[in-house]
Amino acid sequence: MTEPTSAPGKGNPLKRAVPAGRSARAAAGFAAAALALFALAPLALSDFRLGLLAKYLCTAMVAVGICLAWGRGGLLTLGQGVFFGLGGYAMAMHLKIADAGPGNLPDFMQLYGTATELPWWWRPFANPLFTIAATVLLPMAVAAVLGSFVFRRRVRGAYFAILSQALAAALAIWLIGQQATTGGTNGLTDIRGFFGYDLDDPVNQRMVYFVIAAALLLLVALARQLIHSRYGELLVAVRDSEERVRFLGYDPANVKLVAYVVAAGMAGLAGALFVPAVGIISPAMIGIVPSIEFVIGAAVGGRASLAGAVLGAIGVAWARTALSEEFPGAWTYFQGLLFIVALAFLPGGLASLAGVVKRRRTARPTGEPAPALPLGEAA
Amino acid sequence: MTVILGQTFTGVSIGAVLLLIALGLSLTFGQMNVINMAHGEFIMAGAYTTYVLQKSVSDAGLSLLVALPVAFLVAGALGALLEWLLIRRLYLRPLDTLLVTWGVSLMLQQLARDVFGAPNVQTRAPELLTGHITVVGGADPLTFANSRLFILTLAVAAVVALSLTLRLTPLGRRIRGVVQNRDLAEVSGISTERVDRTAFFIGSGLAGVAGVALTLVGPIGPTMGTNIIIDAFLVIVVGGIGRLRGTVIVAFVLGIMQSVLEYSTTVSVAKVLVLVAIVAFLQWRPQGLYTLRTRSLV
Amino acid sequence: MTELSGLRVRGLRVSFDGFTAVDGVDLDVRPGDLRFLIGPNGAGKTTLVDAVTGLVRASGSVRFEGTELLGRSVHRIARSGIGRTFQTATVFEELTVLQNLDIAAGAARGPLTMLRRRRSVPEPVARALETIGLTERSGSPAGTLAHGQKQWLEIGMLLVQDVRLLLLDEPVAGMSHDERQATGELLRRISAERTVVVIEHDMDFMRSFARSVSVLHAGRVLSEGTVAEVQSDPRVQEVYLGHAAVQDAGPTAAGPHPEHAGGAHAGSAVQEV
Repeated sequence: MTEPTSAPGKGNPLKRAVPAGRSARAAAGFAAAALALFALAPLALSDFRLGLLAKYLCTAMVAVGICLAWGRGGLLTLGQGVFFGLGGYAMAMHLKIADAGPGNLPDFMQLYGTATELPWWWRPFANPLFTIAATVLLPMAVAAVLGSFVFRRRVRGAYFAILSQALAAALAIWLIGQQATTGGTNGLTDIRGFFGYDLDDPVNQRMVYFVIAAALLLLVALARQLIHSRYGELLVAVRDSEERVRFLGYDPANVKLVAYVVAAGMAGLAGALFVPAVGIISPAMIGIVPSIEFVIGAAVGGRASLAGAVLGAIGVAWARTALSEEFPGAWTYFQGLLFIVALAFLPGGLASLAGVVKRRRTARPTGEPAPALPLGEAA
Repeated sequence: MTVILGQTFTGVSIGAVLLLIALGLSLTFGQMNVINMAHGEFIMAGAYTTYVLQKSVSDAGLSLLVALPVAFLVAGALGALLEWLLIRRLYLRPLDTLLVTWGVSLMLQQLARDVFGAPNVQTRAPELLTGHITVVGGADPLTFANSRLFILTLAVAAVVALSLTLRLTPLGRRIRGVVQNRDLAEVSGISTERVDRTAFFIGSGLAGVAGVALTLVGPIGPTMGTNIIIDAFLVIVVGGIGRLRGTVIVAFVLGIMQSVLEYSTTVSVAKVLVLVAIVAFLQWRPQGLYTLRTRSLV
Repeated sequence: MTELSGLRVRGLRVSFDGFTAVDGVDLDVRPGDLRFLIGPNGAGKTTLVDAVTGLVRASGSVRFEGTELLGRSVHRIARSGIGRTFQTATVFEELTVLQNLDIAAGAARGPLTMLRRRRSVPEPVARALETIGLTERSGSPAGTLAHGQKQWLEIGMLLVQDVRLLLLDEPVAGMSHDERQATGELLRRISAERTVVVIEHDMDFMRSFARSVSVLHAGRVLSEGTVAEVQSDPRVQEVYLGHAAVQDAGPTAAGPHPEHAGGAHAGSAVQEV
């Protein structure tokens, strides 16, 4: 311990607290990612593979939100499927109405033959602008209402996780029960058009891929800004010691609410873009199981590291396709093993491995402090 | 009148199932604060144990009776193994425990699929339990299914047994001691590790017993655990951590609510309404129905 | 001094499930005072601070600068100019020293400021860093600090929080003699224009720096006054001698477990007078 009144050192150490190298490195990483997504992948991959990548990128968008809420805010949200589903269903409803054409009912409603006109809560989704806004705002609104209830009463940790999981289960059950208006277990299928573009045309499928890639980069940039802002520091403080933050005059409920609502919006956008990429949304994609699967990518890659969470989500989704193509049963074992290994033995995810390597390499005194501490200063 | 009584009894029997599946959790989650998502698969293990035993012991009644202790041992052994392999490394990281045990539950499900096949299987109920008791005769009769009465009896017996074990036996005292003050228990010469494992064994064993009971009311399948585990956790959360009384009351209240709401709406709407009610209740009592008030910061 | 200034506690009562930890405490602390709360373990000192800061429910009245605090939520009480530290230093271990202080300084920031990055070190934060001697460590995670440094950081957080009432729970536990001296002088400076209440078991520290002392025993205020007045109070002697007369404790610094050592020090303090 130094003397309490010691003068600041010569090379004013306070300057070091606002690192400049970090943003340069991040910009380089961002440019590399953009190059890979917009140039390399479309050139190297077949239309089919590119379509799959579009799907993976959607899960990565959810993972960006999870990185923020769970990695940074400690909110293990096992109900991201709810927000993914809200965004997805909102988009799918519009596309179904548009596919059916003016005055007609979506095909599945005609099939069940119960409804003679659109249910009232379908009607606003005929409007494309309303739909686009709703895909993001609707999940955010639901998250805001739920979060303000739950966080204010200090329901947290495992309780929050279980409650969010129950929410996912409830929404899936409800959707299945409303066969006539939601398509029930089948969900909303056979989506052909996307705002007037025919999705059977590979060129338009590529366009959807580019939209998704751009959206992912946008979300990453947004999350990065949040993480490195003062709010992001406060969020970590809330995660580590909620009560202490309270004694500093902040209401932790509001801090958590922002992260939760932003994560919900990201999942909603992901769901909305998933629909044109895959052509279907169903309860099987939003219940307990898919909701918890959204978490695994972030956990494997590194929950607190944006790059880790995104790459982890893409990697896990890819492994899933690759493995279940070859050996269907093996995937489930592998996935279970991933959960166990990633969380029991490597809680910082793969990003923490990179951090260890980096720290070893930059042991020189002049070096930038290693940024990839798994739960702390990850870029 | 018969409708109300009938719905109430249906509710009580749903509650009894809830109670049975949540009872083990009240020990592992409620007392030890471990979130074991594989608890549902221990229930599944108990159910498949019944199925296997029935194949070897032809008499349905006898096989059911044998299944109760065997399922307890099978599920308990699985639980103790899980505790030893993974959970004991994670006692300070409850959220990671949740996800790790979810991974275990996925693997156990796939194992069940590989061994018993993906489709659901059924057991035959013993003849004694296939009938029903007529409470009110006449044009609009009120009947109670014997199997439901059996489950209710089993649930009550399990609660009494667990409660007596915790209160009266040296093991129960040790468990409560470890729960209340781990460090003090440790220096008092209690092997906390052994107590943890034993408590986990009992809690998981109770899941096995619940699995036996579930074979009487539904099919046995690899995913049967997933579908009920969330309900069971909600029972504990609402009932209050560490209080058996809360678990019992909440199991029956939620069961009756579910049954009454199902009657007036649909099954899916009832599920959603029950969840809304739970969120609302937690607004009022965020720590659950019964709470241990302490002066600790958390 | 007007009626409205400082802390004014009347009939404060806190019970946990039948056990009454604070049993009708009256307490007045004026700005410029440096009040020490002492008393044997279980006397209700920490619970009193918990009640004032809103952590536990209490009945009675706690007014600060004329405003009633009881019934307000923790963060609102903090915003009305009241800060505290904890028995075990509680800092955000994953965040850097600078980030810890910056957060403490920022409860009044608007959303736009919050969503931007911290481009420079705010002036009060830089000053606090210097005061607590952690300028060199400003970029290190708080978790890597030594125990005493964490306590300093906590005090620094109170400084930048710019509170008018400071409640410190054993701020010098585990510190070396020099560090205690420095802390005491800092508290003395701070208390010139603020209200400071310190819970402390270290009687040497109390004798050196307390302007006034309240002795708590079994949830009540047993005695109040200057250090000399309190130490000559026969009731205080009885309480402490009853606890620790047999123990022969020198005036050494409290060990890592001040809770256990407290009674002994208190006893020695009374004997030495």
